[in-house]
Amino acid sequence: MSQYRKNFWRGAFAAAAVAGFVTSAMAQSELKIMAPAAPGGGWDQTARSMQQALTQSGIVKSVQVTNVPGAGGSIGIAQFVNGAKGDGSQLMVMGYVMVGALLTNKSPVTLDQTTPIARLTGEYEAIVVPAGSPIKTAKDLAAAVKADPAKVTWAGGSAGGVDHIAAALFAKAVGADPTKINYIPFSGGGESLAAILGGKVTAGIAGYGEFESQIKAGKLRLIGLTTPKGTPEMPSLKEQGVDLEIANWRAVVAAPGLSADQKKTLSETVDKLAKSKEWGEILKQKGWDDAYLSGDAFAKFLVEENTRTKEVLTSVGLVKP
Amino acid sequence: MDAFIALANGLTVALQPMNLLFALVGVLLGTAVGVLPGIGPALTVALLLPITFKLDPGGSIIMFAGIYYGGMYGGSTTAILINTPGESASMATALEGNKMAKAGRGGPALATSAIGSFVAGTIATLGLAFLAPTLVELAVKFGPEDYFALMCVAFITVSATFGDSPVRGLTSLFIGLALGLVGIDKLTGQARLTFGVPELLDGVEVTTLAVGLFAVGEALYVASRRHIEEEVLEPVRGSLWMTKEDWKRSWKPWLRGTLFGFPIGALPAGGAEIPTFLSYSTEKRLTKYPKEFGHGAIEGVAGPEAANNASAAGTLVPLLALGLPTSATAAMMLAGFQQYGLNPGPLLFAERPELVWGLIASLFIANTMLLILNLPLVGLWVKLLAIPQPWLYAGILVFATMGTIAAKPSIVELAMLGAFGGLGFLMRRFDYPIAPVVVGLILGPIAEAQLRRALSISLGDPMVLLQSPISATLLGVALIALILPFVLKGMSRFKAAED
Repeated sequence: MSQYRKNFWRGAFAAAAVAGFVTSAMAQSELKIMAPAAPGGGWDQTARSMQQALTQSGIVKSVQVTNVPGAGGSIGIAQFVNGAKGDGSQLMVMGYVMVGALLTNKSPVTLDQTTPIARLTGEYEAIVVPAGSPIKTAKDLAAAVKADPAKVTWAGGSAGGVDHIAAALFAKAVGADPTKINYIPFSGGGESLAAILGGKVTAGIAGYGEFESQIKAGKLRLIGLTTPKGTPEMPSLKEQGVDLEIANWRAVVAAPGLSADQKKTLSETVDKLAKSKEWGEILKQKGWDDAYLSGDAFAKFLVEENTRTKEVLTSVGLVKP
Repeated sequence: MDAFIALANGLTVALQPMNLLFALVGVLLGTAVGVLPGIGPALTVALLLPITFKLDPGGSIIMFAGIYYGGMYGGSTTAILINTPGESASMATALEGNKMAKAGRGGPALATSAIGSFVAGTIATLGLAFLAPTLVELAVKFGPEDYFALMCVAFITVSATFGDSPVRGLTSLFIGLALGLVGIDKLTGQARLTFGVPELLDGVEVTTLAVGLFAVGEALYVASRRHIEEEVLEPVRGSLWMTKEDWKRSWKPWLRGTLFGFPIGALPAGGAEIPTFLSYSTEKRLTKYPKEFGHGAIEGVAGPEAANNASAAGTLVPLLALGLPTSATAAMMLAGFQQYGLNPGPLLFAERPELVWGLIASLFIANTMLLILNLPLVGLWVKLLAIPQPWLYAGILVFATMGTIAAKPSIVELAMLGAFGGLGFLMRRFDYPIAPVVVGLILGPIAEAQLRRALSISLGDPMVLLQSPISATLLGVALIALILPFVLKGMSRFKAAED
């Protein structure tokens, strides 16, 4: 692209910001979104919800979703980085789980090779105990973990996933040895929920949505959320003196080797999506929190999460230093 | 009696013309995708979710249920006719069903499978309607140690059943167990036996193994024998329908299959494979015609098919009563519920009774529709077998490849399909039973993870396996199943000596 045309497009963008209608004329007409997971999971749902909101609101004319399942996204990202290089019409959904999976799988492809676009949603983790448990508050749980971390059994999702990391961070925050935690991974949400309801484990940890109906039905007791600030019915761990903040966020990244213009167009498409009415409705329906963060702030966030996760995974022995 | 009134109300919901239409679309779609190996009901529901968004929640959930039941029917059709189980739950059906089809008894095999599915589905749906709350209380009490004990029962009964010699059966089982070790270890997140191939991190896909061993292996074997002995397939020998004898031999396996399928399906980690194989083993032991097993015994089709469908209804118990999705399809249905802001769980029965009971009632309707739809098709399906053998097997190979690629688009997956096909050929050539390999792949990883979980929870105390009453009972059953054949053998020898 010549310098002249570059300047021309820049001018067009500036004009668009003022006029507001030119953007739709030059908006992306086609978009491919890869969900690096099988149909049905969180990333797939995110990709398909994006597809729905983008086409319904007319931001993008045609959106295609592809699934490349495998190994917490390690297969998908490898294919994406190699296959979509320099293509400004492709996005990949990813999330916190991928950060951990790439580290534990010693993936040759890393997130540095992608172009960060924006974080879209987040879900806070909840720690629960069976309704009949003697543990009533985060303080009780903290005391139990501090007394002997090996005797407190945690049920959650896959090893090295966000639930596991949150359990390790809990131990660390209360001054116990995170290498000693007794974390029992279950596949999928269902199985761990059965183990918690059946009183087989001390505590359960997962996204709040997985426990919501059980908490409301009084079968599980909510100990705390990993939010910075909670409500009286839903207290945060932080307010109870356990310094733990973590969210299972989902984001989109683009391929490597994009020009500044390509990146800008994609960022603007996602920005419009995040601010659209249709997307807002989907968030409400699915119970996802809006965690929109874009540009350099998101890039910085990604690096920080990578560093923190590596530290935690090394401390629980999943990643060799 | 409340349940009766609620069910009647549900029937009025499900019988609305629109909802009937949804149920019909669901069962048609489900049958179609069940026929293709690899493309299961879960994928279909996933792809339909964005489309159904605008529909009324009741209607689309009814459609999903139709797809679920339809998929179970479709999977067994291909298993019987072309020895290609559409999903792992119809593997046990392929064992005897395909032998029946080859002997010209494809008609009765399909009929007993359709009627058995209907009977089992109906009984199990009744169970869902009336026992769900009680069953869920029990299911939640099932801990990792109890699952491990259940797996032990399955291993012992299954490995003793297959093949003429236990050594060959066990060899096959251990191949499967070894394959089950491939991939990321569930408990520590470490990769095992992946040799640096990222595609292997998720382990060996059950459908790839099953299709490779059953369909591709069979095609290779038939091709290799073509010039030695021409196998003449008779599409129809005797009656196309079930004879009086067939009915007599089918009804008990249907009921026993239901008894295995429903409760095990209702367990959060029960699944459909264990009950189908348990049912197969049981029928093989109880049959009055042991010589027919391995050559097309109708009991071996009736039992597993009933178990398969009963477990599908069983899965809905934890889904509706607890919000626990225990199979891929159930997980998709949960996503469907959530799309409408409904959260399955203890409160769903109270908050939206019309929806829950409408769904249960529409399961009855889907079941009836499938029976009406499938029985007349039996004649048509059986004609497939009249296709000349080279064409038929070439078609099967295309079919198997397509299904595998559709489920996981990767060259590694295709290479595995070919390798498993070669393995299947060799095992047939040297007379090793094939099913235990798949059983090992399915049950091995579950048994390992549950045992390690149990020990992790008990802080390393192995006594936990005996302290749980469920686990202790099941282990006792396994022990008896292990020893009994030897004792009986000894007794008969003793008797013979006395004579």
